Amino acid sequence: MEVRKPHIKSIPYAEFKDNESLEKIVNELHEGGVDVFVGSLDQAINWGRSNSLWSLTFATSCCGIEFMAVGCARYDFARFGFEVTRNSPRQADLIMCAGTITHKMAPVLKRLYDEMAEPKYVVAVGGCAISGGPFKGSYHVVKGIEEIIPVDVFVPGCPPRPEAILYGMMQLQRKVKIEKFFGGRNRKEKKPVVVTNVPEDFNK
Amino acid sequence: MFDFSIVTTWFDSLLRETLGLGDFLSILIECVLVGVFILAAYAMLAIVLIFMERKVCAYFQCRLGPMRVGPWGVFQVFADVLKMLQKEIFFVDKADKLLYLVAPFLVLIASVGTFSFMPWNKGAGILDFNVGIFLLTAISSIGVVGVFLAGWGSNNKYSVVSAMRGAVQMISYEMSLCLCLITAVVLTGTMQISGIVEAQSGPFGWLVFQGHIPAIIAFIVFLVAGNAEANRGPFDLPEAESELTAGYHTEYSGMGFGFFYLAEYLNMFVIAGVATTVFLGGWMPIHIGVAGVDSFMDCIPGIVWFLGKAFLLVWVLLWIRWSFPRLRIDQILKLEWKYLMPLSLINLVLMTVIVALGWYIK
Amino acid sequence: MKLENIQFELNVFAAEMAKLKNEKHFDFLVTIVGEDFGEEGLGCIYILENTKTHERMSVKAVNADRNEPYIPTVMHLWKSAEILEREVYDFFGIKFLGHKDMRRIYLRSDFEGYPFRKDYDMSADNNRYVLTDDPEPDYTFEYNLDKDGRLVATKRPLFGDEDYVINIGPQHPATHGVLRLQTVLDGETIKKIYPHCGYIHRGIEKMCESYTYPQTLALTDRMDYLSAMMNRHALCSVIEEAMGVEITDRIKYIRTIMDELQRLDSHLLFYGCCAQDLGALTAFIYGMRDREQVLNVMEETTGGRLIQNYYRIGGCQADIDPNFVQNVKKLCAYMKPMFKEYRDIFTGNVILQNRFKNVGRLSMEDAISYGCTGGTGRAAGWHNDVRKNHPYDMYGKVDFDEITYQNGDCFDRYMVRMDEMEQSIRIIEQLIDNIPAGDFYIKQKPIIRVPEGQWYTSCEGSRGEIGVYLDSKGDKSPYRLKFRPMGLPLVSALDDLLRGEKIADLIAVGATLDYVIPDIDR
Repeated sequence: MEVRKPHIKSIPYAEFKDNESLEKIVNELHEGGVDVFVGSLDQAINWGRSNSLWSLTFATSCCGIEFMAVGCARYDFARFGFEVTRNSPRQADLIMCAGTITHKMAPVLKRLYDEMAEPKYVVAVGGCAISGGPFKGSYHVVKGIEEIIPVDVFVPGCPPRPEAILYGMMQLQRKVKIEKFFGGRNRKEKKPVVVTNVPEDFNK
Repeated sequence: MFDFSIVTTWFDSLLRETLGLGDFLSILIECVLVGVFILAAYAMLAIVLIFMERKVCAYFQCRLGPMRVGPWGVFQVFADVLKMLQKEIFFVDKADKLLYLVAPFLVLIASVGTFSFMPWNKGAGILDFNVGIFLLTAISSIGVVGVFLAGWGSNNKYSVVSAMRGAVQMISYEMSLCLCLITAVVLTGTMQISGIVEAQSGPFGWLVFQGHIPAIIAFIVFLVAGNAEANRGPFDLPEAESELTAGYHTEYSGMGFGFFYLAEYLNMFVIAGVATTVFLGGWMPIHIGVAGVDSFMDCIPGIVWFLGKAFLLVWVLLWIRWSFPRLRIDQILKLEWKYLMPLSLINLVLMTVIVALGWYIK
Repeated sequence: MKLENIQFELNVFAAEMAKLKNEKHFDFLVTIVGEDFGEEGLGCIYILENTKTHERMSVKAVNADRNEPYIPTVMHLWKSAEILEREVYDFFGIKFLGHKDMRRIYLRSDFEGYPFRKDYDMSADNNRYVLTDDPEPDYTFEYNLDKDGRLVATKRPLFGDEDYVINIGPQHPATHGVLRLQTVLDGETIKKIYPHCGYIHRGIEKMCESYTYPQTLALTDRMDYLSAMMNRHALCSVIEEAMGVEITDRIKYIRTIMDELQRLDSHLLFYGCCAQDLGALTAFIYGMRDREQVLNVMEETTGGRLIQNYYRIGGCQADIDPNFVQNVKKLCAYMKPMFKEYRDIFTGNVILQNRFKNVGRLSMEDAISYGCTGGTGRAAGWHNDVRKNHPYDMYGKVDFDEITYQNGDCFDRYMVRMDEMEQSIRIIEQLIDNIPAGDFYIKQKPIIRVPEGQWYTSCEGSRGEIGVYLDSKGDKSPYRLKFRPMGLPLVSALDDLLRGEKIADLIAVGATLDYVIPDIDR
């Protein structure tokens, strides 16, 4: 059964960026092949999941204020069903990492991620969470949270505007919508195998 | 006024006489049907209430609330439930496994138990004992055990603090809750729920009118205490989000948390429902003693009256929850033991005097 | 101001400092700046203020021994020294003799080396993170000299056997970020609080040492993002002062207006967070709703919502928007009725009054001793407004009240901010019609070099005095740049404020102290 193209209300598919990665995931799914019954069930579940992404209130610095702004009257992410922010990681679906992660915070972030119940997603909000941002040169800043936990969506900006955060959340919705619940997870791309101990005479 | 007991008697006789099933089988079938009805109504109401809370609070706060899932966001809660159903459930290391597992069910049992006392319509009360009100309060207090065990069993320090708070608060407020109900019982002269509703049928027969001052006091105290009993803001100390992250259910994920979540909303409805039943006449329409108006009121089905009144109270509770800041634990206990409890006791005496002297609206 | 340091010998240091405090009434320790003086050794610069005359002075103490440097503590004179000395110990490894709790405060307890020393290896290889938990000791050391002049350590336990310890934070909704408060409880009552900072310590000051002056500006907005303008204002001022740049009146007007807009923004968020922490979410959203209006006005000129990057050395990045004046007036008209709404929905609420009144009281003496500037100090009756005491830009010429209250409890702290918003509007209204014509930027050389010397300048931030200490050796980058965080004294005062109160009061006190964690950690 075909995996349907993820549809977001009032924004056409083509207007989203980075459709290639989505299509890549979809193609991988097609190679596996899913029967109609399981596929429909998956779609129902994905509908539920994608429309009910409860985020963990996790903010370390500036981006957290913008995250608060998204929840408030003007931007109001409740419209999309991201309304409920849980303070307990057990009950959250996604961790929106808003802000710099320092070396002292890194174990805490990892632990929070581990404490969350599957399925869990990660959105890296802002330059600091993506790469260390303006603090890349510091002795105490992690250069991107992807070193610690797998990230689903990156939202660039310093800090990103609330609109950007909403767009990032929609991208996450799209990603969730093409997930395969029965028969393994596909959302994390496999890391390439790197062979380091190549013998010196390998090429000869 | 449509009497639902016509349907139930017909169905009973259908099973017993037309189909010729024995006592055991027919009661079994009826029980199963009623059980299914309760659970279905419970689930549906929970969904309605959650959606209502989101929309109502959004409008209070100059927001829109859920808009994108279905028209006007009506399917939002279905999506949430669907997600929560297949969220991973796991055990906390070093938690007391048995207590951890049992606690959400206890909370749910208490909530479903009290829920089944609701008088939906004339002749449609499910549990209707002669000590109905008494039993209702007894069942509702099982919830305390659930909250306490959840906090204790989770092996989490926040949860323990929250469990202590929950237990203290809920046990305390049970006092004035019961006293208020007894005040009503004094006036109606019965503990049976259907009897209480019937007693409010006269012109201006709703208890808040009938028992005027003491009944209004009892009604307000009941709402305050009930709000505290249901752990809703401004009394939501056990799960005080900004203090104890998520309180006693910090360590619960998936449906374990879902049960607490459902029970919280249903408890709110139960409180509103009991207040409706006891003080606002349950399914009983308002009668003002003018035959034309009264018969017009009677045309509106009882369930509409009941749900209408209950949801009005729910709306008031939501209003309070979203605009009031939270109290502190000592202030909560002070409110109960220094003000509400003595007030309800005096009120009970007042009501007894009024009933004895016949100073209520007959 | 340019610092003319008085230097005391280490053996008479404590006595001389006591004299300064008791005889000359220098009772406000503004900040302690740890510094690696190179060949001279490691040391500190203490900036002191006389709260009566508002006179400022600085004292220098240096220890030439780089291996085991020590300086006598002054924590018995100024309470703020306790946490400031721990900061210096953490970054420079200077041990303070007689300090009761000589632990690291920002960095992990297993961190090796002292990063702010000039010989510290900043390379990525030397600074890797680990994903294991911090092996925190449950004891601390006190250092003293024995009679042979050697350092001896005395071990002290931090907790008793019966203590019930809860970590509030680092991931907790009420700490406004990633502060960790290790709280010892007895039931619901708080017995002791050990603050742990550094979960968002990004080493801004150390990074600035390798940046050119214009580059250092980029990081200030990200410290206390709710007083981004003031942070930058302080840094620009200190550099301009050191270089002797005279700015035009137009720049002064713009900067004053922008600072006040920023203060309005910050206090609105403060109001919202207070409401949120206490569980009144509607009031929270009302505050945030109006904050968006303020952001609109700033955004039109600066282009940013939170991080504005607007000031630069010698002026501003761009001239104000043509609609700016009109929009600011509209904003003022919009905001005035809103203050009444806040009073109606939140301030007047009986629960709020019960939660805030007589909770977390800070006396004026303690406020000065801890150096709790800003609204917290003013709520206790301490007239500490930098805008009044050391007027800069247009503040000396506009008419506004310094809001002070007497009790120093949560409610007063809350009210100070609520009233300050109205004062901000008042300042803005006085200035907005009279912005003079002139340059918005005075052209600087492509490479900015600051003459040799040490300067300290401060501005009134949203939550206290934001000061910048600049030590220049005449290069194109600062030798040492130190920010006086507004939140650090507040955090150090938490233990005193909360001992014997309930956990719920921790939330109320935390909300009204209004600290921003990235500002504390830098």
